[in-house]
Amino acid sequence: MNNVVIKVEDISKLYRLGNVNVSTLKDDFEIFRHKLLGKENPTFKLAENNERSQKSTSNYVWALKDINFEVEKGEVLGIIGKNGAGKSTLLKILSKVTSPSTGSIKIKGRIASLLEVGTGFHPELTGKENMYLNGHILGMTKKEIDRKFDEIVDFAGIERYLDTPVKRYSSGMYVRLAFAVAAHLEPEILIVDEVLAVGDIEFQKKAIGKMQEVSKGDGRTVIFVSHSMDTIERLCNKSILLSNGTVSNYGLTKNVISDYLKTNNSLIAKVVFGTDVQPKHPITNILEAYIHDENYVISETFDITKKIGISFKYVVYQEEQFIGGIDFYDERGNVVFNSHDVSSIYNYEKHSLGKQQYTVWIPENLLAEGVYSVGVALLKQVPVLIYQHIQNAIKFKVIDYLRGDSARGRYNGGFPGIVRPLLNWDQKRSN
Amino acid sequence: MNEEKWTEEITPKRGIFDFKLKELWRYRDLVWMFVRRDIVSMYKQTVLGPLWFFISPLMTVIMFTFVFNTIAGIKTDGIPAPIFYLTGTTLWNYFQQSFTSSSSTFVNNAGIFGKVYFPRLISPIASTIANLIKFFIQIIVLIALVLYYVFIEGYQLHLNLSLLLFPMLIVIMAGIAFGVGIITAALTTKYRDLQMFIGFGVSLLMYATPVIYPISQVPPKFQFYLMLNPIAPIIETFRYSVFGIGSFSWLYLAYSAAFMIVVLFLGTVVFNQVEKKFMDTV
Repeated sequence: MNNVVIKVEDISKLYRLGNVNVSTLKDDFEIFRHKLLGKENPTFKLAENNERSQKSTSNYVWALKDINFEVEKGEVLGIIGKNGAGKSTLLKILSKVTSPSTGSIKIKGRIASLLEVGTGFHPELTGKENMYLNGHILGMTKKEIDRKFDEIVDFAGIERYLDTPVKRYSSGMYVRLAFAVAAHLEPEILIVDEVLAVGDIEFQKKAIGKMQEVSKGDGRTVIFVSHSMDTIERLCNKSILLSNGTVSNYGLTKNVISDYLKTNNSLIAKVVFGTDVQPKHPITNILEAYIHDENYVISETFDITKKIGISFKYVVYQEEQFIGGIDFYDERGNVVFNSHDVSSIYNYEKHSLGKQQYTVWIPENLLAEGVYSVGVALLKQVPVLIYQHIQNAIKFKVIDYLRGDSARGRYNGGFPGIVRPLLNWDQKRSN
Repeated sequence: MNEEKWTEEITPKRGIFDFKLKELWRYRDLVWMFVRRDIVSMYKQTVLGPLWFFISPLMTVIMFTFVFNTIAGIKTDGIPAPIFYLTGTTLWNYFQQSFTSSSSTFVNNAGIFGKVYFPRLISPIASTIANLIKFFIQIIVLIALVLYYVFIEGYQLHLNLSLLLFPMLIVIMAGIAFGVGIITAALTTKYRDLQMFIGFGVSLLMYATPVIYPISQVPPKFQFYLMLNPIAPIIETFRYSVFGIGSFSWLYLAYSAAFMIVVLFLGTVVFNQVEKKFMDTV
């Protein structure tokens, strides 16, 4: 007997770029006419492969094309790939948030997906009420939650605040409660997006531990998407590498990761986001991001002794409170640091409509030599709400030109470390 | 191939009559939680809280009485104007609110729908029920006002057996609001133009419904057309069963009920077709 619990066959997903207008209406009529005649959807032929760096000539694009794979019971499958490679689209199809354009997926067992922690949390409801609300949304019945109630409260460590509306929660408490509910789901198949990127290190460890426990201990199947090669390597026995909407490698995680690192070394100094391929957000949308030196000259490589600026433009559709954030990763996807615009007036006041821009400065002599990737985000701190988060938007290189004015001084041997600050040293005679 | 084992299959299309009622039933707890969320969050952060359930209908009635009765002089068939208007607006408000919340299902829930799957019909079902609870509270206001007129002003009520139809009236009204609401929701996901039209269309529809006038005040040759509005017979029947005045006809009621069944069926079909694709267009 074979143990395949998910069988993905020829999955493709077509997206339409651009705005809804008269030509959309025309296309829809055309699609409908072909359907009546029993012919193939005409837009399928127009569609191009999803290569973001090329300007597209067609309005239609394949976000995914002919995806095939199988997952066995108890397996933890990792999915990696660059931004826009189709990871999120694949997850959305697997979790039934959107449907594929062609192909089919066969599933054995109950499936639950965790594309976000705290989906549906309502700020006015109490912790307890939100626990049930979120649990039900994730597909748990009242009985199941009742049974796990104490466990969940314990895991979250928020017993005293159960009857407090979650809008009074600190962001840490909020995330802990949300994850606690999710962690106690008991589906046969669990689909997890990189929700672990949010939250503190302690929480990440707990979350990863829980995931390992779920797959190893209970023989449940997990599909896991992450940018962190270390996490993928630790958790997943097999992985899929997606690039431009197709499976470019599928096999043992070690091999897939080394393939990914080999192919994914191109630097990106400026990126303009196709607002249509990226999921849109009704409140705000990030339009473009770029990295530059102190004179705003865009560049891919930076002198370690010079400060670096990261700018991103966004458009506000609804007046709302939110602030900017960035996250820095090293080549293997380890977090170097996160930063939020904590002193912003937009923690308390609403953004006005229209285009806006953020610039954040990374001080000189902070990063080490090497390649970094930067994600940009727009978020609300209390309660935690991430409006937009584009990971690995920018990729750049820091170089030490060995002039002797960096933290290296005149030493030119191996100089390890994730950061390389130039520190003040005091030396004096001791008694 | 061991086909027999698959418990679920994700495909691009969904059968037209594949209602997945079993799945809906499995998510029934979620319906109650959504209802609770809607009710609780409605008046949180307001000083007067649930009192708003009472204030808004009373203000409406005072205004209506002044404008339509005192200024415009529209007759109310001998029923005291305030309770006449309150019966009309209480019913109408329920219809309008249920319709509006059902029709904006996708827009209001884009955030949740983009992250997790549950049968999308859960949302409009929950909002229809939440509005129903609000409606019952407002019925209490109506009863209180009617009692005031009976005991203080000495108005003679003519309650009759047709009052037993009340639950049915509510079901029909809820069903129509829900059905037309989800049809609208399905049609507006891609093309927002329709939403603009619906917005003012509903507020205009109130004037084509005997809310601020009794059907008897309408010239006879228009009465038939007015009763084609499936909400009209409901309001007329309700007034008839309380006040003994107004028109009552099984035929029109049956028409409303048939209308409900058609829109419920049609609505579920188109809604289910759209729910899979809508995330790509919102």
